[in-house]
Parts: sequence; C-alpha cells; structure tokens
Amino acid sequence: MSTAMPPTAESQRFEQAMSHVHAGGFALELRDLRKSFGKTEIIRGANLAVRSGERVAIIGPNGAGKSTLFNLISGRFAPTSGDVLLNGARINGKKPFEINRLGLSRSFQITNIFPKLSVFENLRCGVLWSLGYRYTLFRFLAGMDDANQRAEELMQMIRLDKKRDTLAMNLTYAEQRALEIGITIAGGANVILLDEPTAGMSKSETSRFIELIREVTVGKTLLTVEHDMGVVFGLADKIAVVVYGEVIAFDTPEAVRANPKVQEAYLGSVLADQQAAEAGH
Amino acid sequence: MKYYQFKPLNVGRWVIWSLFALVLLVSPKLFTSNLSVTMLSQMGIAIIACLSYNILLGQGGMLSFGHAVYSGLGSYMAIHALNSVSAGDLAIPVSLIPIVGGLAGLFFSMLFGYVTTKKAGTTFAMITLGMAELVFAMSLMFSEFFGGEAGVSGDRVAGQPFMGITYGPAVQVYYLIAVYTFVCVALMYAFTRTPLGRILNAVRDNPERVEFIGYNTQMVRYLAFMIAGFFAGIAGGLASINFEIVTAEVVGPVRSGGYLLFTFLGGATFFFGPIIGGVLMVLASVLLSELTKAWLLYLGLVFLFMVMYAPGGIASLIMMNLRVASFGRLREVWVSYLVLGVGAVLVLLGAGSMIEMIYHLKLDAAMGDTIKYLGMELHVRSAGTWFGALFATLTSLGVFELARRQFRAQWSAIQADIEKEIKRRETE
Repeated sequence: MSTAMPPTAESQRFEQAMSHVHAGGFALELRDLRKSFGKTEIIRGANLAVRSGERVAIIGPNGAGKSTLFNLISGRFAPTSGDVLLNGARINGKKPFEINRLGLSRSFQITNIFPKLSVFENLRCGVLWSLGYRYTLFRFLAGMDDANQRAEELMQMIRLDKKRDTLAMNLTYAEQRALEIGITIAGGANVILLDEPTAGMSKSETSRFIELIREVTVGKTLLTVEHDMGVVFGLADKIAVVVYGEVIAFDTPEAVRANPKVQEAYLGSVLADQQAAEAGH
Repeated sequence: MKYYQFKPLNVGRWVIWSLFALVLLVSPKLFTSNLSVTMLSQMGIAIIACLSYNILLGQGGMLSFGHAVYSGLGSYMAIHALNSVSAGDLAIPVSLIPIVGGLAGLFFSMLFGYVTTKKAGTTFAMITLGMAELVFAMSLMFSEFFGGEAGVSGDRVAGQPFMGITYGPAVQVYYLIAVYTFVCVALMYAFTRTPLGRILNAVRDNPERVEFIGYNTQMVRYLAFMIAGFFAGIAGGLASINFEIVTAEVVGPVRSGGYLLFTFLGGATFFFGPIIGGVLMVLASVLLSELTKAWLLYLGLVFLFMVMYAPGGIASLIMMNLRVASFGRLREVWVSYLVLGVGAVLVLLGAGSMIEMIYHLKLDAAMGDTIKYLGMELHVRSAGTWFGALFATLTSLGVFELARRQFRAQWSAIQADIEKEIKRRETE
C-alpha cells in the first residue's frame, strides 16, 4: 500500500527550495547528459558540477563533443536525456533566450555579431533586455541613460571605444572577437560560456586577449573551450577533459596534468606535439 | 557626462523635418492642376505604404510578398466605415476613417502575422505569398464584403463638415493625406529609435545571436509585422477616401509586388529610401503609363539594373555621393557623370525606339506602319529603321560601357583614398 500523498502547492514549493540545497551551490551542473543525432550518440552521459565563480576550461580532442556540450547548455539543442541545472534550476529544453534571461550567456566559435550595426549599437543591443527595456516601443534609446552608459563602459572594457561608430563588419578579426565577448557579457549574466575565444588569433593577440577575458569575467563563473594549452593552464582554476562525449576528468590543472587516464587519452599527445613544435622553432 | 552626447535639440533634424512639412504644405500651391493634386495625394499614400513595407524589408530583413493584404483590407474596412457614416449608422468624422483602416491593418496582421512570422527567411516569404493568394482568392469569392468585380464605392462627403471641411474638393483630401503622411513618417522614424526598432535591425543582421541576448526573435518579428500592418492599413484607409472606390486589385499580388519593387528602388537600407520609392511609384504608374504601353517593361529593366548595380537603391546612391562630397571629391567625377548620363539616355532612347516598334507591331499593327517617336516618324516595317535603331543603340552602349569602366576606376580610387583618410582620422 502506498503512503505517497498527492503533491500540494506547498510540497512543490518545498521541493523547489530543496533543489537548491541538493545542488549544493553549483552555478552549473550537468547530470548524465546525453545527446544523439540520429543513431550517433555524441554526448554519452556527461557529468559536471561547476561552483559559482570558478573558471573552467574544457579541453579534449576534435570531435569530442565540446561545442555540442555548449550548445546543450545554452539551449541551442535540447538534450536527449539527462539534466542541465543553472543555479540549481533545471533548464534543459528551454529556449536560448529563456536560458539567457536566467543568467547564462555564451559566445561562439565562429564570430557571431551584428555586422551592419555599429560597435556601440552591438553592445547596446546586448544590454537592453537585462535592464528591463525588452520590446519597448514608446521610449527612445537616446534617453535611456543607463543602457547607453553601460554600453560605453563595455566599449572601454573591450578597448573598442575608439571604434564606437564603426560598423561591426568593418572591424579587424581580433576586434570582432573582442566585440563577441562584449556582447556576451553585456547582459550581466553570471555564467559565461566562451567557445574557443582565441581561435584564429596570433600568439601575441592571444595573450592580450586572455588578459581581457580575465578582466571582464571577474566574479563570474566561466566555462571556456580552448585548444591552446598555455592558455588553459594559465587561465583555468579547473580543467574538464571531454573525450568521446564524456567528462573523463575534472580537477585542478596540476591534478589533470598528472592524471594517467588523461595522459593516455589526450594530453600526452597534445603536450608532446606542442613541445615538438616549440623545439622546432 | 563625458561618455556620450545626446542632443535633444538636434538642429539638422529640425531643419529636415521642417522642410518636409513645408514641402507637404506648399506642393499643391506650386502644382495646381487637378492631375498634380491627385498625384500628390497618391504620393502621400504611397510614401506611407512603402515606409511601412520597409519596416519589414529594410529594417527587419523580412521579404514579404503580401503587404497589399494589409493596406488592401484597411481600404475595404475604411470604405465600409465610410459608407456607414454616410448611412448615419456610424458617428465618426471622415478625418478619422484612415485610423479605421489602420486598426483593420493591425487586426489582420495580428491574425495572419502570427502564422507568417513563425518563420524567417525564405519560408517567411513563401508564407506571405500564400497569404496574399488566399486573401486575393477570397476577395473574388465573398462579394458581400469585397464587392466582386465592381468593388465597393463610397462617398467621402459624409457626416458633419468640420470647420467648413467637407472633403469635396480634392485639395482638402490632399491636406488630410499630407497631415497623415507627416505624422506617420514621423512615427515610423521614431520607431527606428526605440529598443524594439533596434532589436529588429539586430534580428535582420543575425537572428541566431539575438536569441542569445535574451530576445525571442519570433516575437520581435511579430510585433514589427503588426506595426507595419497598422501603417499599411492607414495608407489603405487614405486611399479609400482619395479614390472613393475599392476594388479587389488593392489586395492583389501586383500591388504587393509594387510595394516591394518601389521600396527597393527607393532604397531599403536608408529610412528615407521608401519615400523616394513612393514618389516614383506614382510617377511611374500615372505618368509613365500614359507615355507608353511598355511602361512595365521599362520598369522591369530599371529594377533589373538597380538590383545588379546599385542594390542599395537610389537612397544609397545619394548617400554614397554625399560621402564623396563631404571629402571634397565630388568635383572630380562630374565629367564622368555627364558622359554616363548622356550615354544612358542615348541607350535608353535607342532601345526604347525598338521596344516601341515591337509593341506597335504586336498590339497596334492595324493603326498603320508608322509611329511617332520623339518627334520622328519611324516606319516599323522598314529594315532601314531597324538598322538605324540597332546601330544607335549599340554605339551608345559602347560609349556608355567605356565611360562606365573609366568611372569605375576613378570611383574606386576615390573610395580607397576616403578609406585611408578615415583610418588616419581614427588613429589621430
């Protein structure tokens, strides 16, 4: 005989409140996340729990599913099964804009900006929703001091204040990448996902760019996909190694470097390659 | 504040808007004939319609093939409202009848737009085409509302005259349209300065990214679609008062195509482009159609060349030249413009003579073997005439092509200089 009671509004509220406690203060959590395209399973039961304020680098060989993981978290794809929790609340199956409103923002591997708008307009668009302007029709942008000021501040943060009125499509590649980061952080989200932010940049550009990322994400939870091991070990508090659709290790950089499983599956060959490349120069 | 300057009293803007009001005000004093006043009225209506269409095309990146549905249904609702006023069933002043059209446009765009704006891009275009066909087919089926072949006619001299305004004389109707034109243009311009207006541009540029900054792109498109529908409906309502008759063609595909064509010709990338487009629309459909039976062919050719060589329309041509002028380089291209202009006119005249002869042979062969063309008598069945026309066309085409190449080299050199100058100023 079952003793279960039908759920009341009160018990549901209690459950909701408890879900935070279960989450244990994690900003982002993946629980046995799976995604298949047709018969091919790309993500095969990924688990990850990122604490608030941590900087996590996600590494792994090409095709391991890093970008797919980002697409699942940010709502571009819906997971086949498993859960994504943002600040303890389930967000899987939600649309990208709903997830963004809950405080998660992402950038893209291929530059994804508004090409025919100026730098300033690009950033202001990113700011509007979070300041509550939404679909406002009966107020002028020019009079929205808070939005304009925030956009100007962002422009200085990403060092594009001299290009204020330049159309985004006329920026250099590195400037567009910076703008991409600017749009991503504009809404004030506290969980930031950066998909290969330094892809295609020169070494000197990369190191300057990492400084920029460090600056603009102070106090935020950061997840970034990155190939450059120098960047990974310099930037991240923790490293998640994704191989074949699973998170095979998630630990501090030192621990991950020493992890034999990681050595075998991925890092050994990458580090050897990089050392060989550096020796060659 | 050091960060940015917001100038509430932008002098340039005041000058432009005052000039616009002045043009609307004095036009019928300068062009006093009946035909001119009628045309001016139609221009006002076309300006509102094309601007409303550009909210979709230029600002939202939505290629609609069915915008006439909303202006047209606005026309129908307005003419029925007008008839109710005439019958004494409805007590609203005639001056407010266009608002009825606007509300009808809003209502129907709310209804149909819910379906059409679910998708963007090609799918959106296809659905609007389907909607347009649907409504046009319905207009021929439900003659109680649409009036069948004869359409619905009305009488704008209805209700109580207000301060002696009866809307009997055409010039009174013109001024009603002028007021609506000014207000609607101002409102649509204001729309481009609001958060929704800007996010609509963002949706045009990159809808995927917009989803990741918190906005539901479908909602943005839907809201913009309704706003466009509202203003289209106002244009339709004004047309009802102006023509006092509404026939099925106002919701037809030809009208929708006209909005697309002239908005594009005027220039979809700048706010004022469709204003030029609206003016051209009336000039073409009233004057050009009087001048030649082949006017749609000429229009098609102009459209073709515009899409190929100046996809930003006339507005972008103006803005590009203003940019060159602001760097003091316009003087250098005057001669080239003159040669290009003369060449283009000669090509047009040569090709035009052949087009006119073909039209005459196909449509008016019974009227004899000669046509009048620019004061000349052309024998349409004489090989000499054809040879002459062909020779003139090809020669002028050759001259034009040479001038075009010369001009292109000159133009890109100037553009490169300007780019350099801009870079230099940026680094200062």
